[in-house]
Amino acid sequence: MGSTSAHNNEGLGRRDLIKRSAALGVITVPTMSFLASCASGDSGSDEKVEKGTKSAENPLAVNESAPLELVIFDGGFGTKYAEDAKAVYAKTYPKSKITFSKTQKIQSVLQPRFNGGTPPDLIDNSGAQQMDMGVLVGKKQLADLTPLLDAPSIDDPSKTVRDTLRPGIVEMGQFDGDPVWIMYYAYTVYGVWYSQTALDKLDAAYPETWDDMLALCAKAKKKGIAGWTYAGKYPYYLPFSLYPFIAKIGGVEVLDAIDNLEPKAWEHPAVKAAFEAYYELYKKGYVLQGTPGLDHRGSQGAWANGKALFIPNGSWVENEEASVIPKDFKLSVGAPSSLDASDKMPFGTIWASGGEPFIVPANAKNAEGGMEQLRIMLSEASSKSFTSSTKSLSAYNGGTDGIELSDGLKSGVAALEKAGTNVVNPRLQDWYVKLQKEQIGVSGLGEMMAGRATPAEAIKKIQGYADAAAKDQSIKHFKHQ
Amino acid sequence: MQHGKYRFIVGFLIAPMALYVIFVIWPFIQSIYYSFTDWTGLSPDFEMVGFDNYTKMFKDDVFWKSLQHSVLLAILLPLVTLGLALFFAFMLNVGGRRRKGAIISGVRGSGFYKIAYFFPQVLSIAIVAILFQFAFDPAQGMINGSLKALGFHDLPNWLGDPKLALWCIVAVLVWCTTGFFVVLFSAGMASIPKDFYEAALLDGASRFTTFSRITLPLLWDTVQSGWVYMGILALGAEGFAVVNIMSVGPGGPDYSTTVLPLYVYQAAFRDGQAGYATTIGVALLLVTLAFAAIVMKLGRRERLEY
Repeated sequence: MGSTSAHNNEGLGRRDLIKRSAALGVITVPTMSFLASCASGDSGSDEKVEKGTKSAENPLAVNESAPLELVIFDGGFGTKYAEDAKAVYAKTYPKSKITFSKTQKIQSVLQPRFNGGTPPDLIDNSGAQQMDMGVLVGKKQLADLTPLLDAPSIDDPSKTVRDTLRPGIVEMGQFDGDPVWIMYYAYTVYGVWYSQTALDKLDAAYPETWDDMLALCAKAKKKGIAGWTYAGKYPYYLPFSLYPFIAKIGGVEVLDAIDNLEPKAWEHPAVKAAFEAYYELYKKGYVLQGTPGLDHRGSQGAWANGKALFIPNGSWVENEEASVIPKDFKLSVGAPSSLDASDKMPFGTIWASGGEPFIVPANAKNAEGGMEQLRIMLSEASSKSFTSSTKSLSAYNGGTDGIELSDGLKSGVAALEKAGTNVVNPRLQDWYVKLQKEQIGVSGLGEMMAGRATPAEAIKKIQGYADAAAKDQSIKHFKHQ
Repeated sequence: MQHGKYRFIVGFLIAPMALYVIFVIWPFIQSIYYSFTDWTGLSPDFEMVGFDNYTKMFKDDVFWKSLQHSVLLAILLPLVTLGLALFFAFMLNVGGRRRKGAIISGVRGSGFYKIAYFFPQVLSIAIVAILFQFAFDPAQGMINGSLKALGFHDLPNWLGDPKLALWCIVAVLVWCTTGFFVVLFSAGMASIPKDFYEAALLDGASRFTTFSRITLPLLWDTVQSGWVYMGILALGAEGFAVVNIMSVGPGGPDYSTTVLPLYVYQAAFRDGQAGYATTIGVALLLVTLAFAAIVMKLGRRERLEY
């Protein structure tokens, strides 16, 4: 550095030290300034647009010339379906200026607008950067969608929108009491996903009992194929097949108790039995080697390439791995196998529920427009556009006639038919994201399936987390109605 | 000639100072203010809650784990990275066998090594993290693939193993920061007068003695700045990026890799608890200031003039 300082200072003076450390410190914590940069503004101006005239064609009394702003999550489903629906709105209300934007960073983009009280009119609040629904509801940031549900549907004015939805969708949007805050637009089937072709090669059918499951895994292991794999990096994929398994063994009230954060909910014998069954897969070496280090794409890739038979997942996997899944794969979804004859629910019990949560903010300028856009999306034509472009069912009950169904979709529809009324809908992942993903998923199930915790230890740990979440006054708590 | 000098200076300084105050100092003050509220980050209404966030933080196991890992990174990374960088820089500039004509020279091929070491610095940290994530993949990754080819069995799970995950992250951080310091120290060594080395050579000093008695003392200023800079990288941006992209969860398995900036990010942008996040941010600020102060204090020594 060749410093030739003329003044003889011995290193740093105390004042210099403080000054320099402060200057260094000041450039360090970008997160802090970043956080504060979305500083809370005023509560926004309540300049809502005037309502239009209510009529048979316009039951929500949309102001025909008011601008409408939509923000759509650009993820696994793409945004084509939303753009199609937007085009219908534009045709119906030609005077309205529509702003359409898509993003993967929902929270970064919209947080400042919620803080400033100027949010858009309709949001697809999805993806890794989903805004916490519990907080949004608790802080009264969302509009009640009841007017939309009670409006006549587009296809058949004698039915309300509520009548055209799949079972469970409306309840999912309720957090406490009657108001419906969220419209889940997609309909996801969760379960054990497999390739029928791979099973055929082993002369096997999908195992309806856990003993058959273990026998099939043993058979596959002899051929060098693992029985199971899962997203080891994100072990909160495991519940997609584990939660309905728990419900099947002990009845739906076990899951409800878990969702309600009741004390000792996880200590129910059904939870223990399900955990032990899954742990056995690890103990017997039926889980693909190295799974705990695989991310979701890695595990899905290994499974699509025939390295493992089964993977807990949701119906989006078909679209997500479209480029990897072989042509003759015959993608299918299975319900959890029966543990034994004393199971409370029949084979076929499955987890299916709404995904892709759409919300209309309470401070939206044109809330009626946002709801009208949803009403258009819930018509048969829009639902078909969604299903054919995403290979996923929508919340609209029907809309699968006359379009070519992909293998996975066909299997999902069949699984729903078989389940009948035995469809369960655990809510932890909507209500308590941190508890579900980080604590139950990574620290509980992840450790157990990697063999670093016994089922008993995992249950004790998870119960501790659940109790802590129940006690935490800084989060909003919800209960099954 | 003197009158108006101060007006002149102030006139020039006022714009940058104003920018600095508005965009750096003011957000800091705001953050500290928000750490005393229950602001969610998703709505403009919040209330003062006094020291609630701080008491919550002191009782929060995850916070202590994050703090532990952050401090470990801040202490360990500068040691390893700067140690390696000093060694490499010395070998590249001074450590070669003395060939005819040149008093000091680097090892053979040092020009190529310089470029090779600096290369990771050119890549974005996010890309580096993703590449290493693939390399560490236990089933299809390059590292286990090579080990398998060498005949090893029972290969480690790298990022999936709580005992190894943090060390994998340390390795990646060392890999992508060393190169910058190699170049920085090379530049510093280039400015050390050659006659010092000549004198050492005549006295028959070994390479190690030359390094410890001549090169290191004369480079001390550079090493100290590098130390602070590296520690700040480890506590802040680089540590966050690598953990967030590479680790299980992120932050796992079982909180074995979580660091303070990641916890700030998760509290603010996943859990809707911006007030609590700024509280952890304040803790991170204090840790960083303490780190800088300690390094400055420990690094005091005589200034050498040459």
